[in-house]
Amino acid sequence: MLKRKLFLQVLTIPLLLGSVTSASAGGNDDPLLTKVLIDQFEIRDADGSDPLVLDGQGWIGKDLNKLWIKTEIERVDGDTEEAELQALYSRAIAPYWDLQLGLRHDFQPSPSRSWGVIGIQGIAPYFFEVDTALFIGESGQTALRVEAEYELLFTQKLILTPEVELNFYGQDDKDLNIGSGLSDLEAGLRLRYEIRREFAPYIGVNWNKSFGNTADFASAEGEDTDDVQWVVGLRAWF
Amino acid sequence: MKKSIQEVNLLDSPSLSRRQFVTGVAAGGALLGLGLKPSLSLAEPQSRLGPKILDGNVFDLSVGYKSVNFTGKNRMATAVNGSVPAPVLRWKEGETVTLRVKNNLAEDSSIHWHGLILPSNMDGVPGLSFGGIKPGDTFEYQFAVNQSGTYWYHSHSGFQELTGMYGAIIIDPKEEDPVSYDREHVVMLSDWSDEDPQDIYSKLKKLSHYYNFRERTVGDLWQDIKDKGVAQTWNEREMWNEMRMSDTDISDVTGYTYTYLMNGVTPDEGWIGMFKKGEKVRLRFINGSSMTIFDVRIPGLKMTVVAADGQNVEPVTIDEFRIGVAETYDVVVEPSDDSAYTVFAQSIDRTGFTRGTLTPDIAMTAAIPAMDIAPTLGHRDMGMSMGSSSSDEHSGHQMNAKTEVTDKSSDHANHGTDAEPLGKAGFGSTREITSVGIVEGPHIDMRAMNPQSGLHDPGIGLRQHRENLGRKVLTYADIKNLYITEDLREPTREIELHLTGNMSRYMWSINGINYADSDPIQLKYGERVRITLVNDTMMTHPMHLHGMWSELETGDPQHIPRKHTVIVQPGSKISYLVTADAYGRWAYHCHLIFHMAGMFREVSVS
Repeated sequence: MLKRKLFLQVLTIPLLLGSVTSASAGGNDDPLLTKVLIDQFEIRDADGSDPLVLDGQGWIGKDLNKLWIKTEIERVDGDTEEAELQALYSRAIAPYWDLQLGLRHDFQPSPSRSWGVIGIQGIAPYFFEVDTALFIGESGQTALRVEAEYELLFTQKLILTPEVELNFYGQDDKDLNIGSGLSDLEAGLRLRYEIRREFAPYIGVNWNKSFGNTADFASAEGEDTDDVQWVVGLRAWF
Repeated sequence: MKKSIQEVNLLDSPSLSRRQFVTGVAAGGALLGLGLKPSLSLAEPQSRLGPKILDGNVFDLSVGYKSVNFTGKNRMATAVNGSVPAPVLRWKEGETVTLRVKNNLAEDSSIHWHGLILPSNMDGVPGLSFGGIKPGDTFEYQFAVNQSGTYWYHSHSGFQELTGMYGAIIIDPKEEDPVSYDREHVVMLSDWSDEDPQDIYSKLKKLSHYYNFRERTVGDLWQDIKDKGVAQTWNEREMWNEMRMSDTDISDVTGYTYTYLMNGVTPDEGWIGMFKKGEKVRLRFINGSSMTIFDVRIPGLKMTVVAADGQNVEPVTIDEFRIGVAETYDVVVEPSDDSAYTVFAQSIDRTGFTRGTLTPDIAMTAAIPAMDIAPTLGHRDMGMSMGSSSSDEHSGHQMNAKTEVTDKSSDHANHGTDAEPLGKAGFGSTREITSVGIVEGPHIDMRAMNPQSGLHDPGIGLRQHRENLGRKVLTYADIKNLYITEDLREPTREIELHLTGNMSRYMWSINGINYADSDPIQLKYGERVRITLVNDTMMTHPMHLHGMWSELETGDPQHIPRKHTVIVQPGSKISYLVTADAYGRWAYHCHLIFHMAGMFREVSVS
């Protein structure tokens, strides 16, 4: 426990510079906190093998400055097919928006890729949760990702979440079968039941479609360019 | 037939004076402690009569841990002399009290005497008044008591107050009490959570609506569209959607986690207060909650408010009143028959209530009323003038008419400078609201563009009670000092402070600056100033100034009531006068405990 605390403190020293306050008359209004959100941890019902997908993020920090980690992992038949990790410095720039700067590394698929990240995450009017980022790769490759999510409450605990993710690329990356322009779209609809705020199993449907050169590359390899999958999973945070 | 010793003790001794009556409660407790094996019927009422009363001028108070069970689960509370709530302290005006406070906790502690006018080194705020009480140490408080009425005390360290460290103070007047009554009871309202307060705070920071289970659903939307049509539904929701706020966000922490207590007794059990038919019963209401504003009524009885925040006021008879966190109200009721009455205190957001029974016979009970409809916020609560969807159009328009009187010529120049004329003492600010000194940024999610005076506003959820339910609800405008205003001087300057925050990030501040980054508010000893509070949030904030009275300008300069805690309604403003007659460093803050750390200022009088 103590070790963990110490570790967290060391991790956040840069965040704390200039904002160290001693316990004062009013108490500490801005304590160092951590949050881990497993947004999707699910099995997808695909043709043949059923991939296991993890999409999560976590942060450590204070009200306005945080170290933010994001990850997406997809495993099929025990092999990791996709693994992406982002480490970002997140700074509040508006009441509902954070600016996020940092690095992204794609461990899988091979060959791996590294990117610089400039992103904006927050809540748009009408309560759309938005996460969008521009990625700049080592070789001059660029990518843009736009994610948006909305929550529809059937009851206080039964919540339907439509979400959409779009990926664009500046150039073809033939090693990874990625084409320039709009490359792929993923749309999902998940219905979760919050047993507690922090813990919600869900079922849903996920639709993938690739476009342009990416679709052509996929077709050439005999892969589907669009795919509908049933999903069952768990959303949790602490 | 089932007359308990309790009851005999409490009711049948004809010689019991008021004073003896209350000590009689303590004696009843002592009786139980004698090792008599109390039967259930005997033990149960005692636990339902509330905490002991300690009388005198020298007190030994011991702060320690205590296991409590309000929900079916054992939890560790912070107790004074083993009691949650802490014992009632009964003092006498004109005496000097000595309170030796021993800290048996593993962390620093403190006691703040809420509403007491005393030297700043006795005020009990760690970091301002003194260094706090270290574990194992004893701190001796000693001060002259120069006021009378109902007050309370609580820890000003960490979250100890939330876990039980709060108790009532009754100060008997030196002269004859202007309030006549035959019997009295303290009614201490509070909120208890089994969750660690630190966890609650963390959850609010991570998901600010964590405790709100009244969010708009698809079903609500469908119902609204059916009732009002698409266009009106869209219009009503447009602002909330664009602002990314929820009109059902009334309380940050709700009955989802809280059990609301009356004198430390759960609503399931119910506190018991005894009376005899025909008696005038004085009820000393104190809101010792951490986060809960209550609406109080006693179905079947009119209440005559005789004191607010301990200070005598011109009696006003009402059916219902709102009590902000840390406020106190004394009311007199006169039950003329032999029936029982329910003292009903529902939370402002109607997610829970606490209750007790006023009864002439311990076996007699009264019906428990249903809670009222949960309020939703309107445009007015966002500091906007028009209120298409607002449920309080009537009073909203009244307020509008009033502000139009304000000086429009000051629109462009002299914002907040002393060149602008000040409104007369007793009537509140006439100045245009400014933005001078406000630090905007990601920590502020809204500004009240057209804040109305909160003086005549009973508050969200109570505005239609007169029309729809026939209940007269107390407003601040009803409160007048029973006595002549002591300091009849006009204010020489006005300090405008904005209560600011970001609900979603759960950050709170004053003028956009949290306490840690703020400079003290400087007052010159002897000066009389006006403080105008503007609520740039949609939460109701009870603001507490230590050490000096907040003289609420309710419209009569000759009878300005003195308060220690003043509710600032959402999107509204309110003014009070302060005479800086107490040297030293004082705390000034929102008394909602999870707002306090940020929405806090030091006030320095030199």
